[in-house]
Amino acid sequence: MVAKYKLEDLLELLKNYNVERLEDVKIEGDLEIEIEGGSGVDISSLTALYTLLNEFRYFFYHTSMALNYLQRISTVLGVPSPFQVAPVAPAVAPAPQPTAPPVPELKLPEKLVEAKFEPVKVEYPGYIEEVVLGATRADGGTRDYVVKLGGEKSLPFYIFDKPQPNLPAIAIDVFDRPPSLAKAVKVHYEDVIGSPAEWAKKCVKKFGADMVTIHLVSTDPLLENTPASEAVKVIEDVLQAVKCPIIIGGCGNKDKDPEVLEKAAEVCEGERVMLASATLDMDWERICNAAKKYGHAVLSWTQMDINNQKTLNRYLLKRAQMPRNSIVMDPTTAALGYGLDYAFTNMERIRISGLKGDTDLNFPISSGTTNAWGAREAWMAESPLEGDTPWGPRELRGPIWEIITGLTLSLAGVDVFMMMHPLAVAVLKEIFNTLGGKKKGGIADAGKWITAEV
Amino acid sequence: MKVKSPLEVYNFLPRTNCKECGYDTCMSFASHVLDRSAKVYDCKPLARDAEKDPKVKEKLDKLVELTSPEIAEVLIGVGEKALKIGGEEVLHRHELTFFNPTAFFFDVWDTLDDKKIEERCKRVVDYKKFYVGKYLTLDGFAVRCTSNDPKRFREVAKKVASYGKPMVLIALNPECMKSALEEVANQRPLIYAATESNWKEFMKLALDYKVPVTIRAKDLNTLKSIAVTFKSAGIKDIVLDPVTEPLGEGLQGTFERVIQLRRKAILDGDKDVAYPIMITPISAWLIEGDEVTKAYWEAVIAGMFIVKYGDAMIFHSIDQHVVMPTLTLRFNIYTDPRTPVQVAAGLRELNNPGPDDPVFLTTNFALTYYTVENDLNSAKIKGWLLVVNTEGIGVEASVAGGKLTAAKVKEIIEETKIAEKVNHRYLVIPGLAARLQGSIEDETGWKVLVGPIDSGRIKGWMEKNWPPKK
Ligand code: B12
Ligand code: SF4
Repeated sequence: MVAKYKLEDLLELLKNYNVERLEDVKIEGDLEIEIEGGSGVDISSLTALYTLLNEFRYFFYHTSMALNYLQRISTVLGVPSPFQVAPVAPAVAPAPQPTAPPVPELKLPEKLVEAKFEPVKVEYPGYIEEVVLGATRADGGTRDYVVKLGGEKSLPFYIFDKPQPNLPAIAIDVFDRPPSLAKAVKVHYEDVIGSPAEWAKKCVKKFGADMVTIHLVSTDPLLENTPASEAVKVIEDVLQAVKCPIIIGGCGNKDKDPEVLEKAAEVCEGERVMLASATLDMDWERICNAAKKYGHAVLSWTQMDINNQKTLNRYLLKRAQMPRNSIVMDPTTAALGYGLDYAFTNMERIRISGLKGDTDLNFPISSGTTNAWGAREAWMAESPLEGDTPWGPRELRGPIWEIITGLTLSLAGVDVFMMMHPLAVAVLKEIFNTLGGKKKGGIADAGKWITAEV
Repeated sequence: MKVKSPLEVYNFLPRTNCKECGYDTCMSFASHVLDRSAKVYDCKPLARDAEKDPKVKEKLDKLVELTSPEIAEVLIGVGEKALKIGGEEVLHRHELTFFNPTAFFFDVWDTLDDKKIEERCKRVVDYKKFYVGKYLTLDGFAVRCTSNDPKRFREVAKKVASYGKPMVLIALNPECMKSALEEVANQRPLIYAATESNWKEFMKLALDYKVPVTIRAKDLNTLKSIAVTFKSAGIKDIVLDPVTEPLGEGLQGTFERVIQLRRKAILDGDKDVAYPIMITPISAWLIEGDEVTKAYWEAVIAGMFIVKYGDAMIFHSIDQHVVMPTLTLRFNIYTDPRTPVQVAAGLRELNNPGPDDPVFLTTNFALTYYTVENDLNSAKIKGWLLVVNTEGIGVEASVAGGKLTAAKVKEIIEETKIAEKVNHRYLVIPGLAARLQGSIEDETGWKVLVGPIDSGRIKGWMEKNWPPKK
């Protein structure tokens, strides 16, 4: 029996072992490995396979996966792994040594051994594109200021490596119809919930938002199905009410959004808004064309998949010819406790790839941090599980859930946060200014807690 | 660890495939050493030979050195509840995984009256929060000497030790520390802290009582110098505290110091700073403001350094708005990104169900499954739970990604022979899978009821919808 293994089969099989990112592996030629079953196996073929696997190990989460795989093949094929039959160098036990070497008596040092700590400097070849949102009068718009996203040359807040030109910005969500909100969030917007313009004003004036996102949710065919031409009137009100840069969100329907965003692009001509979002399964080209025509940026949204993000970005760049300075990415945000690990790692990998020079991924990142309110810990009055220690007041749990979700993702590289709770907005701002080196001073004696009754 | 392929480990082994380590082959053992699920010493023949032959010993030592984690591993406490901290290999979790979750120690101070101390200890010991199949709990205590009285500190350390959790003893005064150590050194507490002014005494305490020691210094040259000095004196179990400053420039500086320490250890392989890092979110209580502000800021500092390299932490607050988010974040960041968290597919019986009880459907993503199972159990709902193999993906994502389909539902209904166990044909599906309602009905012939979006609300839903109105 002869089993033939092509490298492709192998790679296919490896997929079952959670080996990720095989797409970058280039297979030159058609490597074929023959394995004979039964006795007299040419084990060198397996060794070749091993060597091969070893070469690709950087594509695996872990080296041993390749080896486990190899061992599985050998078991399946009934051939011994080359390592089991490799010439064994028997560890001959020589005559036992009677005495262990004496442990030298340690002399306690009297003085500190002077050592120098030389910090490591890390430099990346790449950089993150800078995307400007909003346009002032000088640039043909009516905004009072612009917001710049991105521009980093190092990991977030690593200002000891490279200065960070722009700290993350915060956009507060505004909806064109009453949304279902967690109670702790709703109380802050109850008075403005019927009026997007008043709502936007409150976000900027009272809660310190850098921007607002107006979500045209009512355009959803399953809800009011507001026609595009009508829905965009709200945008005009908002543009009147606030003078900050704005972001326009659709309803998420793949057929309706391109139409709505196109219309929005038109009414916002000159204001340089961000259109949210273009996704793989909708007519992204139409959205991009509108953005280009009226001078806006586009949010490229994929669902927690670095390869999809890369693909969509390439479409926007290559096919839709979007300028590099007009793309922001949303790789999807999951709440603390509900997939934050995926969201964090996905964003961190995207950011590091961008810094390392992957020009399909070096764009500013946006996060829908409001998703944090989807976690039951944020909104439920009490734990549904009786074994749990009582959860405490949800008024306190909710905002901190949004804060920790945002903080974590800011450390992965997020440049703009779309969020809702005013306290969460304030605390995240404080964190960004602190880590970004914008806060002077501190506590005189940071060791006071050691002996104090705090 | 220095070795990158199992072959490199294999070359050090006896290569007899004797199976004493519990693995079939030396090669398999080697790959487990590499992913850290086996320890070099588990190869008993190698360990035995090393005792007899200095040459083999040399080889073993070399292998231990080659396979030891980049950051030293330090053990705090004794027995089952002992905590391992440090032991990390990488700067970013996707490069491998993070191994030993940040240890959380909670503040108890010795000028508190005994009753209050007991209350606090009990709260820490009793704390639990259900999450993906198990209860998250708190690790240990940080006992602070605020009295500056050796006798009182000793007394309180003893009391706290009786709760059986690992401890950090906090006193800068060597007299006080010594007095407590006389009482509880056998519990292997971490002592806190050796500084530029008391390092000599603390060095002696660490050696005499064989306990791990924290070095505290804001200046990294000083921190490293004390660490090098301690190492030269034979102290291996070292934790570094680069001083957590809670605010402003100070906090930004702390961030920088922590990152520099870890980068130096991992990128430069500098063993003199390759130790676990201590962070003290409790410092947040020094800032001005009300209790909520301080508590929030404590959670913020903790969050920052759970993500970035904090291996042990001292907290003041035991309030849920500090504990719950930080504990959850720790779990998320330390989840192994290499293994999908899933449970076995199949049929689960909840609370001894009978033939009239409802049949529920969910996926085999651990987070989903345990949430649902616990919600149903807590609400004391009798029922049958069909767990579909969605390859470890939750409800909404698996519906969107085609991993939860009517065909799969049909398969699980047949495999589990659920139809023989109940005398109705009603299937309750998650609200987030509503769009599968029609196709499941067509495929299986069962009547599909769309349940609530969150399984925590099944109880209320049942009151209105079960038994179904014919
Ligand atoms: C984490 C996540 C992922 C992870 C999955 C991790 C995992 N192991 O499941 C990854 C990155 C792999 C992923 C992939 C995808 N995802 Co995804 N993902 C999420 C995210 C962020 C969280 C989901 C989650 O874990 N929720 C927590 C669990 C516990 O919830 P649950 O399983 O739904 O269980 C609850 C309820 O359903 C209910 N319940 C469960 N069982 C039962 C039973 C009964 C009887 C009842 C009554 C109730 C009930 O109670 C549970 C507790 O509340 C959401 C967005 C969000 N913030 O919600 C997107 C989301 C679910 N993903 C989405 C998509 C589209 C995808 C992909 C198709 C993307 C892609 N292009 O590849 C893939 C599909 C994967 C696949 N191959 O099948 C979309 C789905 C859109 C839609 N509604 O159709 C979402 C909503 C994001 C979005 N806004 O677009 N995703
Ligand atoms: S115990 Fe050692 S020699 Fe025996 S199989 Fe395991 S690794 Fe090989």
